[in-house]
Amino acid sequence: MGPESVAASPTSDAVPGLPEYAPRPFLLQDRRQETSDTVTLTLVPADGGTVPSFRPGQFNMVYAFGVGEVAISISGDPTRDGPLVHTIRAVGKVSTALTRLRPGDVVGIRGPYGQGWPIDAAEGKDVVVVAGGLGLAPLRPVLYELIGHRSRYGRVEIVFGARSPADLLYYSEVQEWRRRTDLRLQVTVDSADRSWYGDVGVVTQRLPDTRFDASRAVAFVCGPEIMMRFVAQALEARGLAEDAVWLSMERNMKCAIAQCGHCQYGPLFICREGPVLSYRRLKPLLAWKEL
Amino acid sequence: MGAPEEGPARHYLLARADFQSLFDALAREGYTTLGPTVRDAAIVYAEIRNVEDLPIGWTDRQGPGTYRIERRKDDALFGYNVGPHSWKGYLYPSRERLWAAHRSPSGFTVEPPEAAPPRYAFLGVRACELQAIAIQDRVFDGPYADPAYRARRASSLRIAVQCGQAGPTCFCASMGTGPRVGPDHDLALTELLGPGSHRFLVQVGSPRGAAIADRLPLRPATEEDLRARDALVDQATSSMGRSLRTDDVHDLLLGNPGLHRWEEVARRCLACTNCTLACPTCFCSTTEEVPDLSGDRVERWRRWDSCFTLAFTQLGKGSVRRSPTSRYRQWLTHKLASWQDQFGSSGCVGCGRCITWCPVGIDLTEEVAALREESSAKTAVSGGER
Repeated sequence: MGPESVAASPTSDAVPGLPEYAPRPFLLQDRRQETSDTVTLTLVPADGGTVPSFRPGQFNMVYAFGVGEVAISISGDPTRDGPLVHTIRAVGKVSTALTRLRPGDVVGIRGPYGQGWPIDAAEGKDVVVVAGGLGLAPLRPVLYELIGHRSRYGRVEIVFGARSPADLLYYSEVQEWRRRTDLRLQVTVDSADRSWYGDVGVVTQRLPDTRFDASRAVAFVCGPEIMMRFVAQALEARGLAEDAVWLSMERNMKCAIAQCGHCQYGPLFICREGPVLSYRRLKPLLAWKEL
Repeated sequence: MGAPEEGPARHYLLARADFQSLFDALAREGYTTLGPTVRDAAIVYAEIRNVEDLPIGWTDRQGPGTYRIERRKDDALFGYNVGPHSWKGYLYPSRERLWAAHRSPSGFTVEPPEAAPPRYAFLGVRACELQAIAIQDRVFDGPYADPAYRARRASSLRIAVQCGQAGPTCFCASMGTGPRVGPDHDLALTELLGPGSHRFLVQVGSPRGAAIADRLPLRPATEEDLRARDALVDQATSSMGRSLRTDDVHDLLLGNPGLHRWEEVARRCLACTNCTLACPTCFCSTTEEVPDLSGDRVERWRRWDSCFTLAFTQLGKGSVRRSPTSRYRQWLTHKLASWQDQFGSSGCVGCGRCITWCPVGIDLTEEVAALREESSAKTAVSGGER
């Protein structure tokens, strides 16, 4: 089965005889505090089965027993078989319950759903990755792929921004990536005190410093919607084509299978046509207020 | 004469005096019959068993934000227009359990779904409602087809009834969804009521419909009966109270997010969600987690939701569609325009429920016309500047 068919058809790991809506129990193996309100959960199937394969950028519906379900992108390494990894920020009732779980607790998983980053289209090209805050979570699988198969890609430029140094995700890993000589990673924060020696400013301020061949580059961008809009505009101004820029959109989701209607964005169901979509398709929609 | 199946050979007559035999045949075939009945001063759909349960001699008077039932001068069984209910309440219930689970050694175990789906016979399905069912079929189909919906839909029987009159809020003719009943039904009835004669033209649309027809005391129909039916349908067409121009509506709505009219209609809109609940095609839903007192067993329910609520687009600490303007715009653009991109047809069948059941009488046909007028005025101005 090709990657496209994985994304477009129901997950083969659906519980037999049960509707698509039924979650599969996963055991929480490890919990890592990323920031004050964000944790990374490492999960393995409680039934001893295999972890479903996924494409970078896809998401699961993650279920806290007795509380509810929420859509969370997958943050693990797609290049190797391993546990399922989700990075979750405590925002609402469900995500807060998920961040409070302890190793040995069980969560429900259904998925993966949606269209991921078109990583195949990036082969042989320069790759620009721009992440804002929690937006690094759905992009981390892209970084694993780029690093894991480094020779397949041209220049790799990464810009990672956060509100403050305390909000930086995957801190030790980011430090490792910064030391690599086969890619360039810039980290910037919106504000910091004197203990911060790095850049201060929004991610768009770091973009002029990135080097890529606009005629053969792709960009993957994830972060707050307003940040993605400005980054996409800046990349377009640098000569990147609209269909070489990809954004990951976020909307309220209840079903993840294009039936509850919540994630509609113009004609798109973000759960089915997205969450990753080309700037070519998004540009006219991003101009609408409160769409 | 049209195609061979349009000839009188495929058409039969059922006398009014024998109409109970239809209820009896449906019961013998194992169907639960759902149909129109008078309840709480409205003609609603409910389980019915006898011809006396039908709204005999009743009709309705409808307008924007108003609905009243009143007596007819005759004893017609189906002499009314569509009411507040639609068949979606049965095919896609307003509340439905998706699954249940209990704690177990592996964390939790999901319980298998409940028993076989009900076998519904829908009696009195109007042309626009057949189209509404077909539209929802496309929503719940696809790679993630909803198994419960599919099962209920597959086991249900649709007995259509031709409209002999249209209400002031009806506009199915302009939507291409009526008033003539299309070919996709199991049985189609036309109530022919004249001086000293009360009979039903019966058309068989499927093998399952034929199985019911076989149990009825039918006699052959004549060309005259077919002409009477066509006259009735023509009468419904000519009494259609409203119309909606559809040829430009896709680009009109999707190309004009900034028109002043969106703000204007939102000042009247109460965001009460009535239109989406009364609409036979609106499908949005949310989920509820229902744990028992021990917390060891939980049920997950789906219930109808509406794009008019603030919580519908809740994301993080706020909602995407905060203003009623954005929510009305979402509903109308989805219903009439982006639905075409998603499912290959309009999401509107012209039944008029959203007009009648809007407490402030907002009329989407009027809104579309006003949006069109403002848009063309704007185009004329910018054209003049060039």
